[in-house]
Amino acid sequence: MQDVREALMQGRNSTGKLVQRPLSPHLQVYKPQISSTLSIFHRISGVALAGGAVLLSLWLTAAATSPHAFALAQSLVDSIVGMLVLIGFTLALFYHFCNGIRHLLWDVGYGFDLPTMHRTGAIVLAASAGLTIVVWIIGLVVL
Amino acid sequence: MAELSLPKNSRVVAGTTHKAAPGGTNIKSFQIYRWNPDDAGNPHIDTYEIDLDKCGPMVLDALIKIKNEIDPSLTFRRSCREGICGSCAMNIDGTNTLACLKPIDTIDDTVKINPLPHMAVVKDLVPDLTQAYAQYASIEPWLQADSPAPPDAERLQSIEERAELDGMWECILCFCCTTSCPSYWWNGDRYLGPAVLLAAYRWIADSRDENMGKRLDALEDPFKLYRCHTIMNCTQTCPKGLNPAKAIGKIKQLMVERQG
Repeated sequence: MQDVREALMQGRNSTGKLVQRPLSPHLQVYKPQISSTLSIFHRISGVALAGGAVLLSLWLTAAATSPHAFALAQSLVDSIVGMLVLIGFTLALFYHFCNGIRHLLWDVGYGFDLPTMHRTGAIVLAASAGLTIVVWIIGLVVL
Repeated sequence: MAELSLPKNSRVVAGTTHKAAPGGTNIKSFQIYRWNPDDAGNPHIDTYEIDLDKCGPMVLDALIKIKNEIDPSLTFRRSCREGICGSCAMNIDGTNTLACLKPIDTIDDTVKINPLPHMAVVKDLVPDLTQAYAQYASIEPWLQADSPAPPDAERLQSIEERAELDGMWECILCFCCTTSCPSYWWNGDRYLGPAVLLAAYRWIADSRDENMGKRLDALEDPFKLYRCHTIMNCTQTCPKGLNPAKAIGKIKQLMVERQG
């Protein structure tokens, strides 16, 4: 579908000649806000989780295929890169989960005023970092 | 579809610098977006040095000083200079606000001034608000009631009913919020944006208005209303301290409630 705003990009100069108007700068000049930054993280973590789900299914497929394939998959998971991917996956999972609860609260009408919005944002960041650390301590030390 | 970078003709290039007169002790630099339809070429950033000892406290005072004393070609909208007309809405120091309400001394470094983001530029700091005004007209921002008004009195409201409109009637349609919203940047052709949705809820919430159902029907659309993803840049930036995100949330709640 054509963007109707294209029509506004046509202007006239003082002699009546048609000129192409510029689009004012947006992402280039708008300072990152706590509001929009947490919002784009929510979307990025959602995309990361979808990618992670593919990796998870590959791991399960390997387990169902043969001991050799599973050993290969397991060695990838145990590598440094594999660990970093898993930490990222855990962090994305908890961030998306916690911020999802924040979205649910907005959906029922709570937390729109600015001080609360800033506070819940900070809580989401702290909680997702904290939960990630706890899960990894349990995974590496306890289990 | 979101285009994250600017079109070729919109990329901003370096401009000229207007030095302050020698002898000033309290010099501040202002970097201002310039584009003139009579000059071929891309927008550029001009730098103006101002002696703050000879300037009023607000960013608008500096703009007026530049226009009066340094460069009369500088073009911007202004009228009331006290935050009630909404004309001098622009992007100052990276967020949208009214130049007349923004004290210069809240900005540490160079003051960077751009037009409201992601809009067609008419000239310098003047954006084309045609689309935003058309969207405002589309929500029919007037009282609609089928039952006749009392012959000898206004349509009355209780104090509580009137209080429902607080935080909405104060909106001056400066469109700082709408043009701070990434969703509006990418989908502003069909998404109404925070300012217009706040105005829509102002009439939905009015106890004297009898067309709530029709108004909600008009907003029940994947783009007009539901491109709001509660990013909350709108509330973050409103120079009047209003809360468009909350009003949009209330519209969404009413949409769910009426489905029973």
